[in-house]
Amino acid sequence: MSKKQKPTVLITGAAGALAQQVINRLRDTYQIVAVDFRKQTYLSDDIPSYQINFNKRVFEDLFRKYDFDGVIHLGRITSSEETRMRRYNANVLGTQKLLELSHKYGIEKVIVLSTYHVYGANAYNPALIDETAPLKAAELTMDLIDSVELENLANIYLWKYRDLNITILRPCNIVGPGVQNTMSLLLSSKHAPVLAGFSPVMQFIHIDDMADAIVLAYEKNKSGIYNVAPEDWVSYQQALELAGCSKVPLPSIPPGLPKFLTKVMDLKIFPAFLLNYFKYPVVIDGRSFNRTFGFKVKRPLKEIFRYYREMKNPS
Amino acid sequence: MSLKSYLKEKFVSKELDAQLDKIEKSVGTLGYDPWGFNAETNKIVLSLYSAVYNKYFRVQTDGIENIPANGPVLIIANHSGQLPIDGTLIGYALATRKVSPRLPRAMIERFFPTVPFLGNFLNQTGAVLGDPVNCAKMLENDEAVIVFPEGIRGSGKLYKDRYQLKRFGNGFMHLAMKYNATIVPCGVVGCEETIPAIANIKPLAKLLGIPYVPVTLPFILPAKVRLNFGQPMKFEGGDVREEEVTRRVEQVKSVISDLIDKGLSERKRLF
Repeated sequence: MSKKQKPTVLITGAAGALAQQVINRLRDTYQIVAVDFRKQTYLSDDIPSYQINFNKRVFEDLFRKYDFDGVIHLGRITSSEETRMRRYNANVLGTQKLLELSHKYGIEKVIVLSTYHVYGANAYNPALIDETAPLKAAELTMDLIDSVELENLANIYLWKYRDLNITILRPCNIVGPGVQNTMSLLLSSKHAPVLAGFSPVMQFIHIDDMADAIVLAYEKNKSGIYNVAPEDWVSYQQALELAGCSKVPLPSIPPGLPKFLTKVMDLKIFPAFLLNYFKYPVVIDGRSFNRTFGFKVKRPLKEIFRYYREMKNPS
Repeated sequence: MSLKSYLKEKFVSKELDAQLDKIEKSVGTLGYDPWGFNAETNKIVLSLYSAVYNKYFRVQTDGIENIPANGPVLIIANHSGQLPIDGTLIGYALATRKVSPRLPRAMIERFFPTVPFLGNFLNQTGAVLGDPVNCAKMLENDEAVIVFPEGIRGSGKLYKDRYQLKRFGNGFMHLAMKYNATIVPCGVVGCEETIPAIANIKPLAKLLGIPYVPVTLPFILPAKVRLNFGQPMKFEGGDVREEEVTRRVEQVKSVISDLIDKGLSERKRLF
């Protein structure tokens, strides 16, 4: 096996665009093994790819077979993909299994991808939330419990097994080609809902920059928890304008009304449990990551929105 | 052409545009900062506010040069008038002063971000949720911050209690000491007469989830406003007992009280 010449890295969430970007950056220097909970993805002949439930016993066989040096866990299932219970099983119990196996098989580097959603969106959020802030998302919505629990688990293992060298990354909105999350779908759409009278300041990071950040975090191996966000900001409604979307305002008062409307209209693109993120800002402070890893984004906001605008109006 | 560009072209003079561009403000590539301030919106609002400041309230300032040209500053003032008009007037005065103008930030009540349109509008003009974390990060950023230590106790007071200073919180003093910020006291006279309230409908306020519902006139009176700024004050940081912090806060409060008395003695009539 070629792993003796090259260190071997297990990358989860391989079907996602971000994982594929990370794989492309690492494939020359590392032997990559790709897994995904959802579907099998063909990457190339030299990259073994598996569809595996982390909670099944066969998952351990991969650790026996490949002798991994590191794990990059990008495979968090998002709300649009599964039911609450299946998400919990995959994201929380699956991650626990992954971390336990990583410890059992002597892995020395683990990257866990989280999200800024864990901080929660509420009217009293100060700006530039740093990594020490409490994770209030679970208190506000049951649908983000699995995201917060995943973080808490990673946090426990960060201190319990120091030899795993866990790095937890909490990025802002990841957008760009191939990204299928809520924000990217909104920017891609011709008509995007907004809450009338609310246009919170947001942060966006291009998928290429995020892939660079993950690779940097893996290679520099400095464990800890880090926000990942550029030092640039824009309001949600202006972001939509720049991406060439026409805005569809939903009434915002009384507060229960937009929630009711999104449920009745089955607006998957504007999920009810994320409504507060379109009402109140969750601006994170990414300076600690930038300082520690010498990171700077290369794609400015204008370039990000230009991509979405041109996608809608190909010349 | 977007509404913002249209308004800017129509109302923002070249001089004001150039003057505001000269003020250093760390904003991102699209003109926003992390607290939602937007350089373009701010220019339009300042232009439109000129008539309110000069013609409606006929604001007269004294000692505005006491606010340092740079570095972290806390402008501490008395609060009055049901709406944060006093904050906007202090902000306008500093942004348009001839020498070394600055764009100060006003700390606003936690209630405002929940109000559609108003919360965003205030943020875009530089107002920030009154949270100590926000204030600390802004002082780290060398910003000038307007603070009303009376909070809603001050803005919600009735006309019969006008110009009586309510209890000051100690938070601003802790931040000033920690971040080595200069304190500039300010006495505001006139805003008490802009929205005189005779009562507060507490049950309705509770029902609506807002701090107070005043019984007042349905419009804002054009009272003449005086802003008297005192000499800059510095307080050393370090391990200081709360008793001493309170004493320092009382010292600032006493200066503000003197500045209010000065303003009251100077004015000949209310309007």
